Amino acid sequence: MNLLSFFNRRTSAPVARERLQILLAHERGIVGGKPDLVAQLREEILAVVRRHVMVEQDNVQVKMNRDSDISTLEIEIEIPAPAAVSA
Amino acid sequence: MAKVLVVTSGKGGVGKTTSSAALGAALAHGGEKVVVIDFDVGLRNLDLVMGAERRVVFDLINVVQGDAKLNQALIRDKRLENLSLLPASQTRDKDALTEEGVERVLNELREKFDWIICDSPAGIERGATMAMRHADVAVVVTNPEVSSVRDSDRIIGLLDSKTEKAEKGERIEKHLLLTRYDPVRAERGEMLKVDDVLEILSIPLIGIIPESEEVLRASNVGSPVTLNNPASAPGRAYFDAVRRLKGETVELTIPTDRKGLFGKLFGRRAA
Ligand SMILES: Nc1ncnc2c1ncn2[C@@H]1O[C@H](COP(=O)(O)OP(=O)(O)OP(=O)(O)O)[C@@H](O)[C@H]1O
Ligand SMILES: [Mg+2]
Repeated sequence: MNLLSFFNRRTSAPVARERLQILLAHERGIVGGKPDLVAQLREEILAVVRRHVMVEQDNVQVKMNRDSDISTLEIEIEIPAPAAVSA
Repeated sequence: MAKVLVVTSGKGGVGKTTSSAALGAALAHGGEKVVVIDFDVGLRNLDLVMGAERRVVFDLINVVQGDAKLNQALIRDKRLENLSLLPASQTRDKDALTEEGVERVLNELREKFDWIICDSPAGIERGATMAMRHADVAVVVTNPEVSSVRDSDRIIGLLDSKTEKAEKGERIEKHLLLTRYDPVRAERGEMLKVDDVLEILSIPLIGIIPESEEVLRASNVGSPVTLNNPASAPGRAYFDAVRRLKGETVELTIPTDRKGLFGKLFGRRAA
């Protein structure tokens, strides 16, 4: 076990939190009546963005956040460095 | 006006029964008339946690099906006279609960009590949906752990869609009760923190119950932890939760059992 993995072992909670946020965003779509609304949004957003920039599937994150009054949709798209875009 | 409160979680073993008994006893201690109903048909346990297992004659199913009167099935607590228990059946299954039957029993209980606490079974099947169906208030019991948080999220979705209130377009009051919390491990990053769970589930927090051997000790002797040891960390945490439930603003702290070395050694032996 190296130092890094020791450090990671100690702070597994942030990983848990991140995984939950992504998973629940998907599952809330299901409970809300629309089967996998978030997944569908993700596909369509990916298609639109790809008309202009090539992005990897994994670099598009869609999260639905539920709150007592409003729900928000958070979209995060990682765009490759300029060199990669022109390539 | 009487309030029907469901204690629910989705995931099993997170502390619903412990919390139902502890909240019920704390409310009753404060002078409220309280009945705690065990909805875990086929796997009753609330009777044991409340120390009434030898006094069960009739149960919820008998009353729902009209085979016994409510008064014959209600068991009055020996320590707190305004605390009662309506036990679950040990021999029947959850299909014996009819929606109309449960509603009739709850309406009858509303006449006699201030608080009707429904201890939900785990899962999202009939037993759990019956327990939440007519609730005015929900306490969602969650442990700081991924599968419990996920299941709580699912239950919150059901509370917002499948309860009578939700169907009428009204909002069901929901509260998060974080149980079995270990502040030291959370601080070390080994366990989800209070803020993580709150941010993910986004319902108001009603209390943080620390992991404590006092809970086991109380269930060993068949007494809700708020009665058995009100000064213990979980005891105080449940009393604070009850004050918030009644609308008071109480500063949020995570009580701890402070012990010297002697207390630790002794505690270990006695547990
Ligand atoms: N704060 C706590 N500290 C330590 N142990 C606890 C705590 N809360 C609950 N427990 C223990 O966890 C176990 C499960 O608790 P409990 O029976 O209340 O859960 P439950 O949600 O009702 O389970 P089920 O889903 O099977 O009905 C019990 O052994 C109980 O003593
Ligand atoms: Mg239980």
